[in-house]
Amino acid sequence: MSNIQGSLLDLGVMDQLARLDSPVHRLDPRAKIVAALALIVAAVSFERHQISALLPLLFFPVALGALGRIPAGVILRKLMLALPFVLFVGLFNPLFDRETMLRLGGIGISGGWLSFLSIMLRSALTLGTALVLLAVTGIPAIGAGLERLGAPRVFVVQLLFLYRYLFVLGEEALRMSRARAQRSFDGRGTGLKATASLLGNLMLRTLDRAERIYTAMKSRGFNGEVRLRRTLRFTATDLAFTAGWSGFFVAARLWNLPRLLGDIVAGVAR
Amino acid sequence: MHMADALISPAVGGGMWAATGATLAYSARKVTQEIDDRKVPLMGVLGAFIFAAQMINFTIPGTGSSGHLGGGMILTVLLGPYSAFLVTASVLTVQALFFADGGLLALGCNIFNLGFFPAFIAYPFIFKPLLGDKPTAGRLSLASIVAAIVGLQLGAFGVVMETVFSGISELPFSTFVLMMQPIHLGIGIVEGLVTAAVLSFVWKARPEVMEMSAGHQPIGQVSMGKVLAGLGIAAVITGGMLSWFASTNPDGLEWSMFKVSGKEELGGSTGVHHTLGALQEKTAFLPDYGFKKSEHEGAAAEGAAKEGAAPAWPAPDAGTSVSGIVGGILTLLVAVAIGFLLKKRERSHGAGT
Repeated sequence: MSNIQGSLLDLGVMDQLARLDSPVHRLDPRAKIVAALALIVAAVSFERHQISALLPLLFFPVALGALGRIPAGVILRKLMLALPFVLFVGLFNPLFDRETMLRLGGIGISGGWLSFLSIMLRSALTLGTALVLLAVTGIPAIGAGLERLGAPRVFVVQLLFLYRYLFVLGEEALRMSRARAQRSFDGRGTGLKATASLLGNLMLRTLDRAERIYTAMKSRGFNGEVRLRRTLRFTATDLAFTAGWSGFFVAARLWNLPRLLGDIVAGVAR
Repeated sequence: MHMADALISPAVGGGMWAATGATLAYSARKVTQEIDDRKVPLMGVLGAFIFAAQMINFTIPGTGSSGHLGGGMILTVLLGPYSAFLVTASVLTVQALFFADGGLLALGCNIFNLGFFPAFIAYPFIFKPLLGDKPTAGRLSLASIVAAIVGLQLGAFGVVMETVFSGISELPFSTFVLMMQPIHLGIGIVEGLVTAAVLSFVWKARPEVMEMSAGHQPIGQVSMGKVLAGLGIAAVITGGMLSWFASTNPDGLEWSMFKVSGKEELGGSTGVHHTLGALQEKTAFLPDYGFKKSEHEGAAAEGAAKEGAAPAWPAPDAGTSVSGIVGGILTLLVAVAIGFLLKKRERSHGAGT
């Protein structure tokens, strides 16, 4: 029950963050989507033991989040929640790959631990980027951007409807869940049969609601053709944004930038 | 279980996105061809319903832990495969963006694993045939449970394949599969039970809801092709998985021969026997139900066996499972061939008399 409330709060927070105003918020959603995808592809294309070369990619989510006035805590908290599965699978790497690949001081570090750390770093990069993308863009804009990028219109309209009614249905589910909790003693009533009738009722209400929505649309002139109103304009700023970041990701992929930096610093220090 | 970006390679991610994208485009085209424009708001709202429903937990009988609905089968029953696929895709997209549940590159994999298998495989090949034209409460439950189990098994297998082909995780195929499939069997059973319970409830309260996706199937016999395909898939899964549990101990005949003559197989050393034996060795491409071992591997394996170490059970061996699958398919083909031949014979005999 608190789970539903927590989730709805989360949704609300991300929703509100997307409605702030900042230079990043004003960018065309297509620019942001393409740049985010470029980062993710770059991040996962590294060799499995690579760690240092991945680090420069962090600039993107950090910069975007900072410019977009997104509180770091929000992103980090969600990252923490999403980690367990990846952690579980990643932990098998040190078990299976025991050859020493690196020596630090006198200690030999196995390839397995390196690839484990790489996995965790990739996780933080890719998930962080997705979260920041949503936080500075919002679902309505992402939907419009996806449609202009070629996604099927039915899919996008349907996505927007889902988003629109998510909060309504979420609150209904929360009320029903609370009602169930208040009527169940010692866990009775949280079993399969009771929950099935709860879900069934929610579904029947949903179907009736869909009927009402359809009738409302018809009475406002819906004739079956689906239209999206948002007008998007791709400006020079957007182009510079996408091209610039993509170029950076390519550079980070081709050269190990932190190592170059380290070499320079070591050279200067000597 | 949602795939994570951190565990896939660009090739696998891109490939799965291509597959998902193509399926999305095709499904969208099929949906827009539908005359009923009621579907547009219905799909969206049902997507929101599934999202909300996934937040409601229930205690699983017997274990005390809690589970929640997945929803792929329910969507397919209510909306039909094409719409259900689109809705599942949008639910997963929102989950990926809001809850970092699976990455954006892995979204292609996840939509395929969790959307394609229930809608386009479990529903037409398992659920509908089992439900039949005259659904009863019992048949509805059976159809839901089996379809959910199969859908989830296939989805879990998809995750394993995507992870192994990406090469980021060091988990070997056999270990990963042995972890994933049993867990998802349990999850599948629970999902099947919840789906069955919810569908039964809706069916009793408002039977016309269940007719929603029907109407595209001709009333009458279930098409044989679909039943065969369903059996084929079942054979692949059974052959693949259960072959690993095939005992490594010699079977009854070999055991008794060993007791009698001291050898598990009678060697043929003369004439015809020898020639046929050599021929069989050359043509058998899966000798002893496994991949042909190269000379030196075979010798090493025999050396290990002689040391007295009994091979571990189950015997996870890529060769055995491929054999199981290939063997299952070949057996099915032979069965179909026999069926055809006998039918032809019957017809010609009957016409004669």
